[in-house]
Amino acid sequence: MSSLAMSDQNTGPASAKVIQPAWVRVVHWINAVAMILMIMSGWQIYNASPLFNFSFPGSITLGGWLGGALLWHFAAMWLLMVNGLVYLALGFASGRFARKLLPITPQGVLADTKAALTGKLSHDDLSKYNYVQKLLYAGIIVVGIVIVLSGLSIWKPVQLQYLTAFFGGYDVARYVHFICMSAIVAFLVVHVALAVLVPRSLRAMIIGR
Amino acid sequence: MGRLRSRLIPGVDRQLLVKDAAKAMPDMARRRFIAGGASLGALTLLTGCDVSDSFSAEEMLKRVSKFNDAVQAAIFNPHALAPTFPESAITKPFPFNAYYDLDDAPEIDGKDWKFEVRGLVDNKKSWTLEELYKLPQEKQITRHICVEGWSAIGSWTGTPLRDFLKLIGADTSAKYCWFQCADKDGYNSPLDMETALHPQTQMTFKFADEMLPRAYGFPMKIRVPTKLGFKNPKYVVSMEVTNLYKGGYWEDQGYNSFSGS
Repeated sequence: MSSLAMSDQNTGPASAKVIQPAWVRVVHWINAVAMILMIMSGWQIYNASPLFNFSFPGSITLGGWLGGALLWHFAAMWLLMVNGLVYLALGFASGRFARKLLPITPQGVLADTKAALTGKLSHDDLSKYNYVQKLLYAGIIVVGIVIVLSGLSIWKPVQLQYLTAFFGGYDVARYVHFICMSAIVAFLVVHVALAVLVPRSLRAMIIGR
Repeated sequence: MGRLRSRLIPGVDRQLLVKDAAKAMPDMARRRFIAGGASLGALTLLTGCDVSDSFSAEEMLKRVSKFNDAVQAAIFNPHALAPTFPESAITKPFPFNAYYDLDDAPEIDGKDWKFEVRGLVDNKKSWTLEELYKLPQEKQITRHICVEGWSAIGSWTGTPLRDFLKLIGADTSAKYCWFQCADKDGYNSPLDMETALHPQTQMTFKFADEMLPRAYGFPMKIRVPTKLGFKNPKYVVSMEVTNLYKGGYWEDQGYNSFSGS
């Protein structure tokens, strides 16, 4: 509770400082659900025609078989896309992206990476992102956009053939889609690990403070 | 269908899950969490967990799939042609793919075979292979995209289906051309009329300039480069022009019915 009391001092004792506004929390958790549904059903779809020399274990996939997985994937895609568009629109309109994610400087990223690796990175003020966070959060937004666009180009290689061609054709778009998934899963592992290490950040994403 | 459903829903008791999640939270958070029950309910809807007896994940997924049919029909551009490729891009060997082994593929005698036409057409006469071969043919080298994800480029030659529909006086304001095939277990599939009238939708008689081999659907397949592979019927024996949605072999098992590409 001491940290809560400390952050109270910034805005006065009556109202605790809000670290994550309500709209961010709502789109964050909807996105979490949509992403997990997309990833797990996507793994099942991948298994029907693997790109590499491995398959995902059935226990961590969703849908039971290709047809079930496709139903999940093409249902959850709406959740992901609509929620993602709301996030982008509000992120730009509210100025949150500009305020919290920019600027990203190479020097800042290098310094904060060094600080993080030597255990000297401060988490005292959760309302401010360090440069590593800025880079990762901005980067994962870009990856999110690319995974949706590559997904659309796999789904509609005739109707959206220019988009598919932009990715280098249908077969290449499948690899792009897979690589984006891998980046998101890698992000997710680090993201969840750090949220567990700094539980206040998880609380902020649930109750805002 | 109960089996399908149990495969769709992971075995988690949602009430226990919510209780455990609430217990793990600090007091204040727990109150807010429980107060936010309405939005949590919305979340469980989205994850497909049962929230009442009248609602199931399977039912929701079916409804979204129907919605996706409508979305795909809306964005389908009847003038957009599937990309075509040079001969050098043809995939060799072109894969055989079906829900049975090649040994179980229909073996049809071209001399006995007849293509039956039913439903909303002026001329319901059956067509022999010899008669069909006399119709003007076109060749296309297009990409076949399987619902499984793989793709292969092939060369198909035959009569544009829209020319044939015109020839037999089909009611092209009808909703579907429903194809029945000789595959074991009775393969069939509905094709929406807009796609049936697409310039590249073809009654195919040749693969790579040679008579359509048994593996690819002899004596006739319907090549639809704007659809996934499973919507390209092989070993076709009849076509019904109809306003009724009669389902299909894969469509009934859960593959999206429009499955446009």
